[in-house]
Amino acid sequence: MIANMTSGLDFHSKALVLRAERQQVIASNIANADTPGYVARDLNFKEAMRQATGADSSSSLRTSSRSQGDGTHGMTHANHIALTGGTGGGPGGASHLAYTVQSQPSLDGNSVDLDRERANFADNAVRFEATLRFINGSAKGILSAIQGQ
Amino acid sequence: MSMFSIFNVSGSAISAQSQRLNVVASNLANADAVAGPDGKGYKGRQVIFETVPMGSDASAGVRVSSVQENNQPLRKMHNPGHPSADAQGYVTHSNVNPVEEMVNMISASRSYQNNVEVMNTAKTLLLKTLQMGQ
Repeated sequence: MIANMTSGLDFHSKALVLRAERQQVIASNIANADTPGYVARDLNFKEAMRQATGADSSSSLRTSSRSQGDGTHGMTHANHIALTGGTGGGPGGASHLAYTVQSQPSLDGNSVDLDRERANFADNAVRFEATLRFINGSAKGILSAIQGQ
Repeated sequence: MSMFSIFNVSGSAISAQSQRLNVVASNLANADAVAGPDGKGYKGRQVIFETVPMGSDASAGVRVSSVQENNQPLRKMHNPGHPSADAQGYVTHSNVNPVEEMVNMISASRSYQNNVEVMNTAKTLLLKTLQMGQ
């Protein structure tokens, strides 16, 4: 019973952690907007979320999809370059991080598109807050169910 | 909580950009400086940025790896009446290009503002996270 009530909470807490991680990756991109040779990165939220939620129940599903999906691993956009699995991925780490391809190449090798990064940052902030509200909502629901008033 | 490292990342960027602003200010201040009798005038300076890993492998800050001097030739103007003029009547000025420095300044100030905004957003999000469940 309790597991049923908290499963939604569990899902949203995982989403919150990943949103925070993506926020941090985008902040790194914005911080390095003027660094020569810096390559912009982004977090594939869909893939990361699938890994985070699917890892508990079916690990076989994950390994099979990784072996067959090498070409598209870590891509949310057609302009992303696919990573071959497991580069620099620590525990729960950055294996779902991809590199973005610049739309306007610059001479110093920096691939940060500041406009896109700022848009991503604002978008991710709103989604982070949305996830927070979902958590608050289900916490309130559980509380009122416990209190029975 | 990985969001706290945003403050480190953006803070390093702000520090690097303010150093860049400092260098621009000193270049602009010395744009019209005249070389002494030894012929050594002020040479424009430029900061070199470098990515530095911070905390987890996903976050990358910035730091100024070095401040390098501009190696373009110093500007010479013909002004025989000037006390610092050489034997041919030329006065050596610094090699700073004020237009480039102004552009550099605008770029640095915009990057600074961007990073401040990132910090503000991260702070708002963290405060809202603190209020979770209330």
